[in-house]
Amino acid sequence: MPIVDQNKIRNFCIIAHIDHGKSTLADRIIEMTGLLTSREMQSQVLDNMDLERERGITIKAQAVRTVYKAADGEEYIFNLIDTPGHVDFNYEVSRSLAACDGAVLVVDAAQGIEAQTLANVYLALDHDLDVFPVLNKIDLPSAEPDRVAAEIEDIIGLEAHDAPRISAKTGIHIEQVLEAIVEKIPAPKGDPAAPLKALIFDSLYDSYKGVIIFCRIKEGTVKKGTAIRMMATGAEEEVVEVGYFGAGQFIPCEELSAGMVGYITASIKNVKDTAVGDTITDKNNPCREPLPGYKKVTSMVYCGLYPADGAKYNDLRDALEKLQLNDASLFFEPETSIALGFGFRCGFLGLLHLEIIQERLEREYNLDLVTTAPGVVYRVHKKKGDVIELTNPSNLPEPSEIEYMEEPIVTAEIMVTTDFVGAIMTLCQERRGVYLGMEYIETTRALLKYELPLNEIIYDFFDALKSRSRGYASFDYEIKGYQQSELVKLDILINREEVDALSFIVHASSAYERGRRMCEKLKDEIPRHLFEIPIQAAIGGKIIARETVKAMRKDVLAKCYGGDISRKKKLLEKQKEGKKRMRQIGNVEIPQKAFMSVLKLDEE
Amino acid sequence: MRKPLELYIHIPFCAQKCDYCDFLSGRAALSVQRLYVERLIEEIACQSAHYPGYTVVSVFLGGGTPSLLEPKQLLDIMNQVKKHFRLTEDAEVTMEANPGTVTMEKLQACREGGINRISIGLQSADDKELKKLGRIHTYDEFLKTFQRVRQAGFANVNIDLMSALPGQTLASWKTTLKNVTMLKPEHISAYSLIIEEGTPFYDRYHDHPELLPDENEEREMYYLTKQFLHSHGFERYEISNYAKPGYECRHNTGYWIGTEYLGLGLGASSYIQGFRFCNEKDLGAYCRLKMQQEDVDDYLHKEIVRLTEKEKMEEFMFLGMRLIRGVSEKEFEKRFGIGLRDVYGNVLDRLLKNRLIVAEEPYVRLSEFGIDISNYVLSEFLL
Repeated sequence: MPIVDQNKIRNFCIIAHIDHGKSTLADRIIEMTGLLTSREMQSQVLDNMDLERERGITIKAQAVRTVYKAADGEEYIFNLIDTPGHVDFNYEVSRSLAACDGAVLVVDAAQGIEAQTLANVYLALDHDLDVFPVLNKIDLPSAEPDRVAAEIEDIIGLEAHDAPRISAKTGIHIEQVLEAIVEKIPAPKGDPAAPLKALIFDSLYDSYKGVIIFCRIKEGTVKKGTAIRMMATGAEEEVVEVGYFGAGQFIPCEELSAGMVGYITASIKNVKDTAVGDTITDKNNPCREPLPGYKKVTSMVYCGLYPADGAKYNDLRDALEKLQLNDASLFFEPETSIALGFGFRCGFLGLLHLEIIQERLEREYNLDLVTTAPGVVYRVHKKKGDVIELTNPSNLPEPSEIEYMEEPIVTAEIMVTTDFVGAIMTLCQERRGVYLGMEYIETTRALLKYELPLNEIIYDFFDALKSRSRGYASFDYEIKGYQQSELVKLDILINREEVDALSFIVHASSAYERGRRMCEKLKDEIPRHLFEIPIQAAIGGKIIARETVKAMRKDVLAKCYGGDISRKKKLLEKQKEGKKRMRQIGNVEIPQKAFMSVLKLDEE
Repeated sequence: MRKPLELYIHIPFCAQKCDYCDFLSGRAALSVQRLYVERLIEEIACQSAHYPGYTVVSVFLGGGTPSLLEPKQLLDIMNQVKKHFRLTEDAEVTMEANPGTVTMEKLQACREGGINRISIGLQSADDKELKKLGRIHTYDEFLKTFQRVRQAGFANVNIDLMSALPGQTLASWKTTLKNVTMLKPEHISAYSLIIEEGTPFYDRYHDHPELLPDENEEREMYYLTKQFLHSHGFERYEISNYAKPGYECRHNTGYWIGTEYLGLGLGASSYIQGFRFCNEKDLGAYCRLKMQQEDVDDYLHKEIVRLTEKEKMEEFMFLGMRLIRGVSEKEFEKRFGIGLRDVYGNVLDRLLKNRLIVAEEPYVRLSEFGIDISNYVLSEFLL
């Protein structure tokens, strides 16, 4: 293995708004650098998980190393580090960026700059990355590369007149991108002889190798046998193997030295020990201080996950444990609900993360789940002076014990065509948004800035945004902090019994409306019983809304003769099957999906 | 001892299809009808050969409108049945007839062929209601048919009625009941309208339930039926069936107590030797079958299902409970070798507690409220 010349390494990522062609360009780069034959190429090499492919987004950061023979006749090593494309994973994005020296900014030549384009560019610039733009989708009839190039220069201030004009889909001008990577992205720096300092930007659990750490070596060298220490978590192990990333495979090598991107295995059993953003150093020759930017991952959104079939509790726990092996940001602890029995309170980075985990549990582990309404973490300041981080509404202390409550707030940037500015401002107002300002990006588009409570955007804000702007709005946010707020716990009583799993925290100003809608929704979801069922919404014992499910009056088949029997039996079976999917609360059977009703209050 | 068997013979032809009807039936040219009857007659002969150990206790010619056929066709069918199956002396042989298709000549052929019970489809005594149903006759025409049936000497006659019809009121329903009871039939079937998918009624009313009597009115009509007919000497013996003592329809009762039956003709269903199946439903395909061919059953019989012991128990319950007398614990134990309570103890306790069923040794039956919501109750008996 020849010693790698630092000057011949390019560590970079591709940043883009969703659907502007990031993954497709990555595929083309991998293809054109020749490590894989076309036949080996799956349509999108970097996106390994099925789920990602369906949603068209990249969930976990991944990396690939390819070799490019440039026009100057030299061979360059490209380490392409893929970054997650969703705001839920902003911290992971920032760590992936920190592992790079430059970024390729992909902008759709038809759509131009979007909210995520800006957010990602600023994030990249914050990390001192050299960014150069690429105009993609020039093959589209609606492409306006000149206009978009001007937009990039005006708004972002990046030189764009000589930006490669490409079509990642059809492969036009990809070589210009490759040459630009060599020219415009700086070679890494760092002293191979200095004490080891490596940034963890991802990790993966493998049942044979243990945890595989994805890292960028900033200083020093690591090889088999190096005793390493994670500076934040304190975990220590001896290195078993180092290597780099072939497309879809791990290729061992002698050593990784300053400037290189690769992986380390060291018989580590838990991804919790290899937190993203942590610094790896040599236990026997440690660096003086860790790399900046490490943050402990905190869950932003919580919900209860219960097995639909109570007997599957252990299966659910096993599945969560397995998922956690690869996902240190997934949090869970056992909890018990009167309504739903034994289950888990789970914490997620955001709603997308929640949905992904939920889908994986259902699909990969074949579990039927009941999910309670997701909520954010509230801070409850008690009169005695102590503060509770509230993740489950049921644990809210008595109102008399509470001094005040705080909720998380985000700063949001919404890019929208001017036609819809009014509609979007109304939406933000409805969601208790505080207007911060508006910039006109060009005559037809504006960037709105708002402060919004996180709990107003976790359910359906994105859907509402899309529907009220006919799909033209894009959105990005980051957590700003906590703010005092007038919050109340809304309880739901079914047949006069409080159903703990249906309680949620809501701002006092929208409690009445929410309570009323919740009762209406539940009225539709709960089938008629032998008796009348009142559905009530209450705050602190005071009823604020009510609906009634009328008693069953008639459900009879007038006819059943020889030719009807098989068909009628199917009908009865359907009825019986319906009963099975119910949860018994007191005398009332509640369909499992009713517990998610709160999520759909805005659907009409 | 020979086992009892019921025969159902399907005649899928009508003068005109009614707007609420989802049966396998419709208009057809006379030539098609002739071809069909030919094939049916062959099927009767061929199928009879498979079931030598049975005696036929009832025959039911249903439709469609069997009374649409020509006298000779009816006679041929009946003669073929009698030739190939052994009928008990007192076998109940019913034919469905619709007003507007019945002549004295046909009725005489029926008598000659051994038909001893006529079931007339009236549905309503109100001409406006009849029109909305898409019926081809008026109440007067029905009266003529009824008289003709009596004149021909039929001493066992059923009249089919329907409640909860569009535009129907409690008062108009009572008038229908009054008119019909005056005629003193032996049997009355009174059904609440079911809106079946794929019918013009479905298109018209499925999204507009407000055009139909609401469920309270529907139940009022049902209660009125029971009370009114009871006061005129009819006993309700099944959810929708009423009879003078001794005139309960034996054929239909057979379906509810698990008697084996063989269906003949287009789409006809069978339950025999532990199997449920139905015949080919495509008229063209049925008419093209070579009934004498050894493997014809492979083409004729569809949706073949062998019932497990568990399914037999379920059916015993959800069909038997349609009878007002209910199901007998003794009979259950005799049939399955296990006690009813051993299988359904929990279900029975729960239903008893909610007063949806009544237990009177040895019978368990639906309560009045249990009848109102019988689907809910009967689904509990699925294991």
